[in-house]
Amino acid sequence: MTAVLEIRDLSKTYRTLRRGRRQALAGFDMTVAAGEVHGFLGPNGSGKTTTLRTLLGLIRPDGGEMRLLGQPVPERLAEVAGRVGAIVESPQFFPHFSARDTLSLLADAGDVPRTRVGEVLELVGLRDRAKDRIRTYSLGMKQRVAVASALLKRPELLILDEPANGLDPGGIREMRDLMRSLAADGMTVLLSSHILGEIQQICDSVTIISLGRRVAAGPVEEVLRAHSAASVRVRLEAADDLPRAAAALTEAGGQVTSLPDHLLVAAERPAWITRTLADRGLYVSELAPITVDLESVFLELTGTAPVAGQARQVDESVVVGGHA
Amino acid sequence: MSLYLAELRRLGKRRLTRFVLVLLILGLGAIVVAMTASSQKSGPAAKAKAEVAAEADYQEQMGYHRQFVARCEAAKEAGTSQQQGMPTDCAEITPPQREWFSVEHYLPFELDFRELFPIFIAVFAGILALAAYLVAASFVGAEWSSGGMTNLLLWRPKRLTVLLTKLGAVLTGVLATGLLLGALWTVAFWLIGRYDGTLGGMTPGVWRSFALDGARGLGLVLAVTTVGFGLASLGRHTAMALGAAVAVGVISEAGLRIATSVIGVPFPGRWILSSYALAWFNKKWTLIDVQSCAFDPVNGCVPKEFTITWQHSAIVFAAGTALVLLATLWTMRRRDVA
Ligand SMILES: Nc1ncnc2c1ncn2[C@@H]1O[C@H](COP(=O)(O)OP(=O)(O)O)[C@@H](O)[C@H]1O
Ligand SMILES: [Mg+2]
Repeated sequence: MTAVLEIRDLSKTYRTLRRGRRQALAGFDMTVAAGEVHGFLGPNGSGKTTTLRTLLGLIRPDGGEMRLLGQPVPERLAEVAGRVGAIVESPQFFPHFSARDTLSLLADAGDVPRTRVGEVLELVGLRDRAKDRIRTYSLGMKQRVAVASALLKRPELLILDEPANGLDPGGIREMRDLMRSLAADGMTVLLSSHILGEIQQICDSVTIISLGRRVAAGPVEEVLRAHSAASVRVRLEAADDLPRAAAALTEAGGQVTSLPDHLLVAAERPAWITRTLADRGLYVSELAPITVDLESVFLELTGTAPVAGQARQVDESVVVGGHA
Repeated sequence: MSLYLAELRRLGKRRLTRFVLVLLILGLGAIVVAMTASSQKSGPAAKAKAEVAAEADYQEQMGYHRQFVARCEAAKEAGTSQQQGMPTDCAEITPPQREWFSVEHYLPFELDFRELFPIFIAVFAGILALAAYLVAASFVGAEWSSGGMTNLLLWRPKRLTVLLTKLGAVLTGVLATGLLLGALWTVAFWLIGRYDGTLGGMTPGVWRSFALDGARGLGLVLAVTTVGFGLASLGRHTAMALGAAVAVGVISEAGLRIATSVIGVPFPGRWILSSYALAWFNKKWTLIDVQSCAFDPVNGCVPKEFTITWQHSAIVFAAGTALVLLATLWTMRRRDVA
C-alpha cells in the first residue's frame, strides 16, 4: 500500500483578536492509501476543514508532519499541487463571471488546455448553464462548479470538503456516481462529510475525527466491527423471569443491561447465552444480534448522540479513548 | 507567464474595470469638448471685435465720469458738496484712462498649448490615478472577499507569486491605458491649439518637457495603483482601500491643516500630501509663512519660505508605496487564508 496522504500529529490553534485561542487540531493523524475512496468523518467544528486547509498550504500548522503524494508539505507543495485537485469549505466564486469564464481563467492560470473546461462541465452536469453568471446558480450548482474546478487538472488525488452540501437527493446520487467512476479510473478520493450515510455508501475506508483528534480509522467494515460491541437482545417466554436471567448471566460473567421487556447482553456468543440460561431452567424466546451501522459508531465515538430534552452545542463532543 | 495572461484577462473581464474605463473616457472627453467650445482663435476679426468692445467700454465709462463731474459741479454751486460727499475740487476726480481697456481683456479665451498643456497633464494624471486606485483595489479586494483568492492559491500555492502577478497585471493594464489615453489627450489638445487656439513656440525642448511631465504623472499613477492594490489586499476587502483613501483625505487635508494651525506649527503645508503632489507636477512648491519675519538688510522683513522640490515628493511617494507594498507582501506570506 502506498500512501498518497499522510498526516502525523498535526496541531493548529487559531488565534483571533476577539475570541482568543481556539484549538482546532490537537495531534491529528490520518493516512490515505492510493486508489481508495477515503471518508473523513466528523461533526461540525471537529477540524475537518482546518485539516484540509493546512494540508493545502492555506493555513500554517503549529506542529506536525504532512506528506502529499510522497512529498513533504508545505515545503514541496508547489511541486505536487498540479496533481491534487481540491475544494475546501463550500467554495465561492466571483459572482459576476460565468462558470465557463471562471474555469477557463483557472485553466489558463494552471496551464491546462481550455478544451478541458468543456469536459469537466459535462462531467458535473453543468453544460447547459455554463454561460450563466454564477450569481444565478443554486448552492448545489456552485458546488458542482467547485468540483469541476478540482477536476480540471485531472488530479491523482481529489480532495473534496463536504461536496454533498447543498445538493438535492438526486444531486447527491449523481455526485456519488461521479466519485465512484473517478475512483474506478484510479483516482484517489478524500471526501469529508458529517453525513454518515454518504461515507458508508461509497467509501472504502474512513477516518473519524472529533475535537481535533482521530478517534477511529480503517476500512469501513473494520471500524464497524471493532466498535460494534456485538450486543445480543434476549427475550424470555415469561417476562417475570428477566431479573433472574440477568442475575444468572451476570454471575456467569456476562455484561447485562436490563430493560423492561428484554436484556441486552454485550459481546457474548448466542450459544453461551442459551446454554447458561437453560442450565437455570430459563427458556429464551428471542435471541437477536443487534447490527450496528456507522452512524451509531460515529455517535458513540464522538459523543454526539442526542440526549432527549437537551440541545447539544456544537463543541460538546466527548473526548474518547484516554485522551482526556 | 500563463498566470500573468490569465490575470490580465480576468482584469479585462471585470465589470468594474469596464465601467470605470467608460467613465474615464467620458470624463476626459467632456473636458476636451469644454475646452474646444470655450477656446477661440484670435484672428484679425476677433481682434477687431475686441477693439470695438474695448472702445465701447471706454466710452461708456467716460460717459459715467462726465455725469459724475457734472453732479459735482452742481453740488459745488449749491454749496452742498459736503452733504453729498463730493470733493470740493471737481478736477480731482480722475477720468478713466484709455489704456485700462486693453484689447487682450476683450479677446475670447484662446488655448495656448505650450502654456497650458502642463496643467492638463496633471489633470489627466489626477483623474487616471483615481480610476486606477479604484480598479486596482477592487481587483484584489473582490478576489479576497469572494473566495477567489483561495481558489487561486489552491491552484498555485505560491502566495507571493500569485499576488505579485496580479499586481503586475493591474499595473500593466493601467500603464497601457495611461499611454493610450495620454496619447489621445495630447493629440486632442494639440488639435485644439492648432484650430481653436495657438501652438506658438513649440520647440523640441518643450515637447521633451511635456514628455517628462507625462512620465512623472504616469509614475505617480502607478504608485497610487500599487497603494490601492496593497491596502485592499492587506484588509482583504476593497472597502479597506476606499476607507484608507477617505481617512488620508480627512486626516491629512483637513485634520492636520486644522491641528497644525491651532498649535501654530510653521508651514503646515509640509504635512499635507497634496503639497507634495503639487510639487511633483510643478517641480517645486513654495510654502510661505506670512507671519514670520526673516530680516533682510535690503528688503527689511520678508516672510520665511519653505520649498518642497519634486525630489522631496519622489522620496515621500516612493517611501509610502514601498511601505504599503512590503506590509502587503509580508502579511500575504504570513497570514492564514481562512
Ligand atoms: N478562521 C478561524 N478562526 C478561528 N477559529 C476557527 C477558524 N476556522 C475554524 N475555527 C474553529 O476551529 C474548529 C474547527 O473548525 P473546522 O475545521 O472548520 O471544522 P469542520 O470543518 O470539521 O466543521 C471550530 O471550533 C472552529 O470554530
Ligand atoms: Mg468544514
